[in-house]
Parts: sequence; C-alpha cells; structure tokens
Amino acid sequence: MAQYEFSDDSVVVIIGSGAGGGTLANELCQKGIKVVVLEAGPRHTIRDFVNNEWAAFSMLAWTDKRTASGNWRVAKDFPTLPAWICKTVGGTTVHWAGASLRIQEHEFRARSTYGDIPGTSLQDWPITLADLEPYYAKAEDKMGVTRTNDIPGLPGNNNFTVMYWGATRIGYTGVSTGRMAINSRVRAGRSSCWQMGFCFQGCKSGAKWSTLYTEIPAAEATGRLDLRPQSMVLQIQHDDTGKVNGVLYADATGTQHLQKARVVCVAGNSIETPRLLLNSHSARYPDGLANSSGEVGRNYMRHLTGSVFAIFDQPVHMYRGTTMAGIIMDEARYDPRRGFVGGYHFETISLGVPFLAAFLSPGAWGRDYTSLLEGYSNMAGMWIVGEDMPSATNRITLNPAEKDQWGLPIPDVHYDDHENDIAMRNHAFKQGDAVYQAVESTQTIEVPPYPSTHNLGTCRMSANSRDGVCNKFGQTHDIANLFISDGSQFTTGAAENPTLTIVTLAIRQSDYIADQMGKNQI
Amino acid sequence: MIKKGIYRRQLMQSGAIVGIAASSGAVLVTPGVAKAMNLTTLDPHEGETLLVMSRQIYPHPNLGDMYYAQVVTDLDQKAAADKNIAQQIKDGVAGLDSAMGIAWIALSSGNQIAVLTSIETTPFFQTVRGTAVVSLYNNPLVWRFFGYEGASFPYGGYIHRGFNDINWLPKPPDAASPAAG
Ligand SMILES: Cc1cc2nc3c(=O)[nH]c(=O)nc-3n(C[C@H](O)[C@H](O)[C@H](O)COP(=O)(O)OP(=O)(O)OC[C@H]3O[C@@H](n4cnc5c(N)ncnc54)[C@H](O)[C@@H]3O)c2cc1C
Ligand code: SF4
Repeated sequence: MAQYEFSDDSVVVIIGSGAGGGTLANELCQKGIKVVVLEAGPRHTIRDFVNNEWAAFSMLAWTDKRTASGNWRVAKDFPTLPAWICKTVGGTTVHWAGASLRIQEHEFRARSTYGDIPGTSLQDWPITLADLEPYYAKAEDKMGVTRTNDIPGLPGNNNFTVMYWGATRIGYTGVSTGRMAINSRVRAGRSSCWQMGFCFQGCKSGAKWSTLYTEIPAAEATGRLDLRPQSMVLQIQHDDTGKVNGVLYADATGTQHLQKARVVCVAGNSIETPRLLLNSHSARYPDGLANSSGEVGRNYMRHLTGSVFAIFDQPVHMYRGTTMAGIIMDEARYDPRRGFVGGYHFETISLGVPFLAAFLSPGAWGRDYTSLLEGYSNMAGMWIVGEDMPSATNRITLNPAEKDQWGLPIPDVHYDDHENDIAMRNHAFKQGDAVYQAVESTQTIEVPPYPSTHNLGTCRMSANSRDGVCNKFGQTHDIANLFISDGSQFTTGAAENPTLTIVTLAIRQSDYIADQMGKNQI
Repeated sequence: MIKKGIYRRQLMQSGAIVGIAASSGAVLVTPGVAKAMNLTTLDPHEGETLLVMSRQIYPHPNLGDMYYAQVVTDLDQKAAADKNIAQQIKDGVAGLDSAMGIAWIALSSGNQIAVLTSIETTPFFQTVRGTAVVSLYNNPLVWRFFGYEGASFPYGGYIHRGFNDINWLPKPPDAASPAAG
C-alpha cells in the first residue's frame, strides 16, 4: 500500500470510500494515478460483521447528529436521524441490499417528459442513456449483477414467493428475482449467496458486492492507493487562483493534517458532500465552494418510499434469504393517467424483530401494535422505490444552532413532500395492499418511510452552470479540479435504486479525469 | 385497546405473573423481579412502575416479567450515566402517581393506559418507549417467542434450511426464480 507525503501535491484526493469514492479510487489507480482516499469511518473486515441489527447499525452507521425539518414524516419519526448511511470503509455499500437497475431512457429527460410541474426544479440530465450504456455494461460486469453477463438470477425466497403470486394474480408481469449485485454463482473470487438474510448488516459470505472487499483491495494491489480510515475531512482549501489545492482532515486521535492535492473528488454521500462544500467557504467563495449558482445543497431527493407488510394465516419466515429478493417492475413506467408523473418499483424487504418493532409504525404502542408484531412468522413485506420530485427548497443547509465534535455546524435536512409524491405513495400503498390481498392476507400494514437510504441530487449536474453544481462529468462548473463523485450528481432521482448509476458515473468520471490530467487541463 | 378478558386469561395461563387483581385487571409485578433488577439509581417503586409501564407500552401477555425487567435495568443505567435522565424519570414516575391521586401502579389496567395516553408526547414517555423498543425486542430469548431465528451465519445461512420452504403457494416459474446454483 502506498504512503504519500502530506506535501505531495501530485495526488488525487478522494473523500469517501463508498460506491462512488471506492470505485473511482480503483479506476484511477488502475490507470496509474496516485490516489489518497480519506474515509471518516474505520476499516472493518467481513469477519467483524455481526448478524444482529442494532449491533451492526452501531458498528457501521453514521450516527453523528443531523437534524430534519419539513413536512415529511421522517422529520417527525426520526428528527435526529434523517438518513441511514454508513461511516466505514466501503461506505453504504456495506449496508446496501444490492438491487442494481439502469435508469430508463425517458427518466434522463425528466423535464421534457414530465413537463413543467409547479413546485419542482425538474431538469433534463446533461447526459443520455446512450452516453452511459457502455459504462453501465462495465459496472454490471464489475459488480457481478445477476441477469447480466450470463449470470443467472438468484433463487427466490419465501418472501418473494408470496409477492410473486400476489403480483401475478393482479395482472403484473414484470415480476422476478431481479438484477442484484449478489453472486448467484461463485464469481470474481467471491462466494455465492448463502441466503443468510443479513444483507443490511454486512454480508458475511462476501456474495454481495461492496467496495470494501472488491474495489479497495484491487486498488491497493496496484500499489498506488493510500487509504486513510478514520480521517474526517473538515475543509477543502484553494489557492489564489481559486483552484483547490488540499484538504484539512482530522485523524483518529483528532490531530489535524493538511493533505495537498492536484485534484479533489468529493464522494461523502448527498448530505456530507454539500455540507463539506458549504463548510469550506472562504473570502473568495463566501457561499461555499462551487456554489456560484446557489445550488449546493438544493434539490435533495431521497426516493419516494414506504413499505407494505402483510400478515397471513400461514408461515412465511420472510427473514430467511436475501433481503431484497425480488421486484415488481410494472409501475416503473411513465403513465400520467395514474395521477402522477414518474414511476415506482416494489422490492421485497424484510426486517428482523428488532428493526421491525422500531419501524413498523414508529412511535406506536399498546396492544393493537404488539399484536401485529406477534404476526411476525406469518409476515411478508415489500418496499416502494419511486421517483420523487426535486425542489429547490428541499435542501441540506448548515444548522447554525449546533456544532459537531470538530466545531463545524451540523447539517439540517429539509424535505417537503410534493403533491406528486403524495399521489404516487397513495397509489403504491393501494397496489401493494392489492398484491397481498390477492394471496389472502389477513391484514396489510402501510409503513411510512424509514430514514433515507437513497440520498441524491444535492450537487446536481447541469448543462448550464446557472442550474447546477457540476457538468456531465461531475466536474464542478466553478472549479476545474474539484469533482462530485457520488449520488449528489443526480439531476433527477428516477425510479431505480441509485448505486449502479453512481458506480457507472464514477467509471466514466475516471476516464475524464485521466484524460484531463494527461492533457494538463487539471 | 386491549381485549381485557383475553389479556387477563393469557396472563394467568402464562404463569409468569402471579398478581392479577381480578376486579381491576391491574398488572402486578412478579415477586422478586424488582429485587433482581439490582437498581443503582432508581428506587424500587420507580423500578416497579417502569416495569409495568413497559408492559403496558409493549404488552405481550405471554412474555414473562424478566424480559421487561431488562428495560428497567437499561433505564437505570441511562439514569446512572446522565443526571438529567435520572431526574426526568423520577419526575415522570411522580407525575404518573399524581395523575389520578392513586399510585399509578395500583390503577386498573384501563386507567393506567388512559394516564399513559395523556402523557405519550412527553420526553419521559419517549425515553421509556425508546428504551423499551430496543431493550425488549433486541433480546434473543424474546425473538424465539416471535419465531425469529436470529443469526444464521453460524448455521450456513438458509440456503439449505428453508429459505424457500413455503408450502401453501406453488413454486414460482424458473424464469422468475431460477434454482440455486
Ligand atoms: C439499508 C440500505 C439498503 C440499500 N440498498 C440499496 C440497493 O439495494 N440498491 C441500491 O442501488 N442502493 C441501495 N442503498 C443505497 C446505497 O448504499 C447508496 O446509494 C450508495 O452507497 C451511495 O454511495 P455514495 O458513494 O454516494 O456514498 P456512501 O456509499 O455512503 O459513501 C460515503 C462515504 O463517505 C464518507 N464520508 C462522508 N463525509 C466524509 C468526510 N467529511 N470525510 C471523510 N469521509 C467522509 C462516509 O463515511 C462514507 O463511508 C441502500 C442503502 C441502505 C442504507
Ligand atoms: S442473503 Fe446472500 S447477499 Fe445477503 S447477506 Fe446473506 S449471503 Fe450475503
């Protein structure tokens, strides 16, 4: 493993080691570029993972305080934990479930397709599906996505079987075990899935792709990666010409270091990325870095979510096997006759007793609630992933009232549901109920959103520098050697789980960075 | 809220709780449990009150007091670590006792629930509920009662142990759900 000097100003510094940062680091190292990855969280190994929901959460999740505001239900249910994100080497790819879908062609043209919807800041992406297709193919191969590259689909578990029959009985046809970055066969030196059912807790068989044990060791093997865990970046600095030239970070002991850099790529996930740019304000950039448009932190999206659980009079044991074991794709189309634009997917979900008790109806108590929990063995569940509308006022800001352990303002996550979101969730709850009633559920339960797992859009890419923070390569409009390398780049949210696209954009960005460095443009 | 007849009958059958006042339905504490909690910061009356309160918040008639005692132990630890929490709990219990002019623990089950409903938005109630939802449901012994099997890694997952053993629906077609490799 490489060790670069703090004063080495020829390195690319990447902040964050998750889907975006971890992938970008490996791609750049493979091209011969020197990379320093600064990751706030510690480095764990697969052996450390525990099959226990709360223990895994305390080991892996980002629990530094954040605040939530706005009319979304999360602000009421989880006022200090608006998002469920990891703080560990590998980032949230340690917790993720593996669902890997390409964004649809029309979704890249959201503004053109959906029209001018009041109260939204919809735009078309500055790229098309055709631009991304070759990179999607590379990402799917890298991640070992099932049903691509001749990799068979995964076998469905009990939770899937219930969803499959309910869905097909009400006429859905796009129902399968889907495309998952989980090995259905031994591949790339990693095991096939044991159907353990702890995908959200860190996969102990390594069947599920995570940058922790794929991209990062591959990058280290090149001898060009200097990975520094427990290194929290506090500020990105710039020189007199306005170019970024280094980052200030605190190590595990709290000691602060200045790492010089030729290029800085921010991949801290869509809350920390804008927070860091805002906290890096200076005399030259009083509103924060790359913020001449005023768009840093705005247009925060989190997917329209919700879950439907159902109780049957016979056993299901939903917790056995992959957490996201299957998908219904029929509602992901564009069809405004349903009363909303954008589409949504259903994906099976299961929670263990500890999380189910906390999330099935946050805050509920009493015998009505506990009798639902007693239906646990006979319960099935699925999650709604739909496109939510971007809005300039849904945004990450610095909370002036509270500081973190380093004296920096904590982020506030503000979100108001748009009427399109409300209409879509209502439709999805009705359809979800119908799916389970078709297989004779005795009761269905409509569950409000969990803390956000898909955080997107807060430094969006735009054709025009007035409308967004970065260009179609994630390069910020204002500062040529500063890049956005995570889901913050998303111009709109689309109806697909985001990680495959984050990885795809990182691969594409690495080509661009290498090219620009080669031409001495950055 | 509670079908009281059934609730009481199940409590009696469970044998875990000895004190059911037949006329009022009040929930009494298993003798010895309060002592076994080994409280450091909270007093025995507070401990017993919190135990019954936890049971009223997350009532499972077939779960014995020992599982709810874990909630009280965890609250006691939080109180020991944080003076503000200790004060909040002490004031909270005092508030419960003054609500109807009768010690809350001596109220009928219906009255206990009515008092809890009237304070459910207070920080005290949220401290107890928030602690209980983790302490109670994070206990592997409690999982058994729900039919949740907990860690599966030590047993090689469910690939050979029933991940797809459902027998009341047909197997989905191979195209949707291929066989395991
Ligand atoms: C339970 C769960 C299930 C999910 N399932 C799916 C799924 O099935 N499909 C899908 O597509 N997506 C899924 N996701 C979402 C997916 O995990 C994220 O989209 C993805 O990991 C985001 O990648 P990222 O690079 O933007 O950020 P992350 O992967 O979150 O990585 C960001 C990293 O940056 C670090 N960091 C942040 N700020 C700083 C700083 N200032 N200094 C240093 N380091 C910093 C963080 O510690 C973190 O490690 C799921 C998420 C969760 C929580
Ligand atoms: S179900 Fe499969 S992917 Fe999920 S944790 Fe288990 S082995 Fe890993």
